[in-house]
Amino acid sequence: MGGMSPTKGAVEMQENLKAILQNALQEVSKSTDMNQLEVCRVKYLGKKGELTVFLRSMGDLPPEDRPLMGKLVNEAKDRIEGLLSQQKEVILRAQREERLKEEEIDITIPGKRLLRGKKHPLTKTLDEIKRIFMGLGFSVVEGPEVEWAYYNFTALNIPENHPARDVQDTFYITDDIVLRTHTSPDEPRTMEKTKPPIRVIIPGRVYRSDDVDATHSPVFHQVEGLVVDEGITLGDLKGTFDLFVKQLFGEHIETKFRPSHFPFTEPSAEIDATCFVCGGKGCRVCKDTGWIELSGAGMTHPKVLERCGIDPQRYSGFAFGMGLDRLTNMKYGIDDMRLLFENDIRFLRQF
Amino acid sequence: MLVPVNWLKDYVDIDMDVKTLADTLTMSGTKVELILDASQEISNVVVGKVIEMKPHPNADRLLIAMVDVGDRVLQIITGAQNVKAGHYVPIALDGAVLPGGMEIKTSKMRGEESQGMMCSALELAMDLNSLSEDKKEGIYILDGEHAPGTDITKVLNLEEKVIEFEITTNRPDCLSIIGIAREAGAVLKVPYRKPVIEIRKTKGNINDYVKGITIEEPELCYRYVARVIDNIKIEPSPQWMQKRLIQAGMRPINNIVDITNYVMLETGQPLHAFDLDKVGGREIIVRRAKDREEMVTLDGKKRILGAEDLVIADEQVPVGIAGAMGGEFSEITRGTRTVLLESASFNGYNVRMTCKRLGLWSEASFRFVRGVYPGLAETAANRAVMLMEQLGAGEVVEGVIDIYPEPVKTKHVEVSSDRINRLIGIDITAEEMKDMLERLEMAVKADNGMLSITVPAFRQDIEVDYDIAEEIARLYGYNNVPKTIMEGSWVQGKKTLKEKLEDQIKDVLCGLGLYEIQTYSFESPGVFDKLRLPEEHHLRRTVEIKNPLGEEYSIMRTTLLSSMLNVLSINYNRGIKGAGLYEIAPRFIPREIPLKQLPDEKLTISLGIYGDEDFYSLKGRVEVLLDELKIRDYSFRRAQHPSYHPGRTAEVVIGEEVAGIIGEAHPDVAKAYQIDTRVYMGEIDFSLLMEASQSEIKYSPLPKYPAITRDIAVLVDKETEVGRIAEAIEETGGELVEKLELFDVYTGKQIPDGKKSVAYSITLRSKERTLVDEDANRIVKDILDSLMDLFGAKLR
Repeated sequence: MGGMSPTKGAVEMQENLKAILQNALQEVSKSTDMNQLEVCRVKYLGKKGELTVFLRSMGDLPPEDRPLMGKLVNEAKDRIEGLLSQQKEVILRAQREERLKEEEIDITIPGKRLLRGKKHPLTKTLDEIKRIFMGLGFSVVEGPEVEWAYYNFTALNIPENHPARDVQDTFYITDDIVLRTHTSPDEPRTMEKTKPPIRVIIPGRVYRSDDVDATHSPVFHQVEGLVVDEGITLGDLKGTFDLFVKQLFGEHIETKFRPSHFPFTEPSAEIDATCFVCGGKGCRVCKDTGWIELSGAGMTHPKVLERCGIDPQRYSGFAFGMGLDRLTNMKYGIDDMRLLFENDIRFLRQF
Repeated sequence: MLVPVNWLKDYVDIDMDVKTLADTLTMSGTKVELILDASQEISNVVVGKVIEMKPHPNADRLLIAMVDVGDRVLQIITGAQNVKAGHYVPIALDGAVLPGGMEIKTSKMRGEESQGMMCSALELAMDLNSLSEDKKEGIYILDGEHAPGTDITKVLNLEEKVIEFEITTNRPDCLSIIGIAREAGAVLKVPYRKPVIEIRKTKGNINDYVKGITIEEPELCYRYVARVIDNIKIEPSPQWMQKRLIQAGMRPINNIVDITNYVMLETGQPLHAFDLDKVGGREIIVRRAKDREEMVTLDGKKRILGAEDLVIADEQVPVGIAGAMGGEFSEITRGTRTVLLESASFNGYNVRMTCKRLGLWSEASFRFVRGVYPGLAETAANRAVMLMEQLGAGEVVEGVIDIYPEPVKTKHVEVSSDRINRLIGIDITAEEMKDMLERLEMAVKADNGMLSITVPAFRQDIEVDYDIAEEIARLYGYNNVPKTIMEGSWVQGKKTLKEKLEDQIKDVLCGLGLYEIQTYSFESPGVFDKLRLPEEHHLRRTVEIKNPLGEEYSIMRTTLLSSMLNVLSINYNRGIKGAGLYEIAPRFIPREIPLKQLPDEKLTISLGIYGDEDFYSLKGRVEVLLDELKIRDYSFRRAQHPSYHPGRTAEVVIGEEVAGIIGEAHPDVAKAYQIDTRVYMGEIDFSLLMEASQSEIKYSPLPKYPAITRDIAVLVDKETEVGRIAEAIEETGGELVEKLELFDVYTGKQIPDGKKSVAYSITLRSKERTLVDEDANRIVKDILDSLMDLFGAKLR
């Protein structure tokens, strides 16, 4: 087109085109909703739109002016279309903002609670104990609740006339069958079946002829531990139990071992731990001593080992037993043992 | 056992406060339960040194004393004439409290200030009987020199602490003051003393007083020592003895009885004093009682005895029950002139059985039950007659009758120091061990690391090397043993399949909104009636407890339902709107009655729900549980059970086996448990679930081709079970039926009487190709045809 100046008609058309474009851009940018935008689009770009009509009128131009005009029209169309889609974005965004604002809710209204039950607190404590001991290489074994007097007493070096066998303490089914009074019968049971090395814990339900009150129950639970191997020492019992207590109740809890007596261990120990309630300062729970009794323990008596076919000259072992119910009560601050067996759902929900 | 500390100090030098003593003994195995304070209340009374005595300017009979009480010099007015400069005396300071509560204040006496008070023995509530004459009157002049200002209770030993010990059953030798003194001596490494026994004068000969002593039952009476005291003068025992008896928990009676008790507390050997004149034939026979033989004991009660009881008899009748209680007839009274003192050892088990049957417990029987070492008998008898002589209670007759058929032998233990070190986890020398054991009165030879130990006979608990290890460990101090981590073979901690499954079941059931419960394993036989079980029902065959706490706890449960219903009832009756619970516990099924072998402990899951629930919400939970356990081949079958609603009960069938039963509780059962709403419950056998459960999970590929879903609604007879319709659809559709969902069961408007509308959504999919509408139409038509054939179902 160089050198040629546009015809007068072309100049006029250019002016018109500019005016259409101006108007279009103005109207589009003023549109605030999708309807207005559509109206704009139809008005300018529709089949009968101003730009479409303008394009058709280009036939009136001299052929040499057409390429330039065509280009200008296309540019105008592109700009309008561009602005249309830009404005569409603006409108959509504004609409979304509006909707989000409208969708505001009161987040202080209570959540929709999905129902979930809970494990019994005794199970929770036991799970924790199992977890700790499994980490130390202990397996879990279980035994019968209705037990031979042999395993409950004789195999544990508790002689025929021992007061522990009294009917005041032990529930008898027959002269030879009892409700086990501790989880210890599973010590000889395990040692008869398994050759050392043995590392087990034995949780279970036990029975003693106690009337029901806040601290006594004829049905309760124990967790027994047994280790038999070459070279097991009293020091190992101390180390293992201390590790366990610190894991269950926290690093700040100390253990104290004092001599005691059980027929199936020798040396025997009573294990105390720092009172969880007062942290050792002394309180009602620990009777102002700062300590609470946690476990009876000791080195497995050589007669017990021997009876199970384990050579006490080669092997030694340790055992400990503790009350699961008592541990649970201490862990959660439960002050009445009856709550554990009453199963009020308002109690069970708290764990 | 109550041990007055001042009594203990007679036999062992304790130079520490009582708390430290108690802690030390506890940590060596002699456990202290409590420290009791039996002291008279005395405060702010200190030692004063008299510097100067001068006359009172305004009163002839008063003196002014200048007394150094440590931090200052006080002026004290006194009327006492026995105080001189240089004396050490007890001074009650301003604000002091004396026994009986009297309070001392600074005051003016005849114009001169008195800043305290000098005290007499009486004012300090001292035991006058134990004081020399010159100490009884006037101000108490202290012997020796003391630092002014020292608390007088320390200087005069006025502190009266009593330690309560809990002695373990293996140490009956510690059930005495001397036993504790010996233990304290060994632990504190200080010497302990035994009482010196010295009888100054004797008269006559015992054989002229006693005709004879016979033990007919050497299995039940190991030793019988007798002594005789003549010319008895019955009176109260001295104050000091009474005080000690009271502190040790016994009631003073008279000098003779008190001495027997005193010596028992001191030595651990129970003694009994008979009025010899009342012992028929002056003869003692230790024999079994005759069948229904009677005697009246000291407490005035008539006792009927039998051959299982051991008695101390005269030539005809029992005069005492061995180890338990003496007879009233031969009791020591004001009129008693001659005493036969018995110091004997009886079989503890026999004493226990007799005392238990007669409900007789005493300090004496307690010691016999734990085991009295027969070697004590003679020493204790001599100690008692010595005290009787000393206190002027009578004249000791020459001679002892001592029947001791089989003297207890000392034991020997051989063990290497190395073995002991290895059991405890310490490293000390044989010499150190020898030293510890010798403190416990053991004779030890240490040779090249081998310890050869002679155990004193009173230590009946020591038999083997482990027992020696315990002695070493406790004297070394359990707390000094280093905490170690086990060496040796590594063992892996594992859960059994049963435990894994139990964990999983609990997780699933908790996830389904159920709470775990724990209930007693024994119950009342009455529950079977509440559960409507007929007379001959197999669950009524139970494991029975011979000595139950009561009928309500007398059988081991054969069903978990009653416990479950009890818990539901507790919650329901506390106004809780709904609860969902489960328990996993064994049922105890006897293999035969009476039991000859252990019963079958069948682990069982019980379920119980009430509230916004129905049969289907229970069933749904069971379905989810079975699905989660990857149990495939299960179904529900209509069932009858007396405890359940006749029309709302199903058996859970896995494969061919009935694994459990679920349903609505029979209204009479709910009512029997005071539940006034519908209750849904069930029991499922754990081991059958374990057998059927698949622990392995195999992934199946996701479908490649699209599915077509068609809904159909058909009219069938009201009685038709939808389960049967579902079975028919699945059978006809074959493996193309991927999913079948019942979405509506409707009766009412637009449905003819006796009919119901059942609507299913059927998802069809092929593994080989994309199904087209024609396929779906054909299958649905086949299905409808078969439903028509089987149930007369019409498409709605």
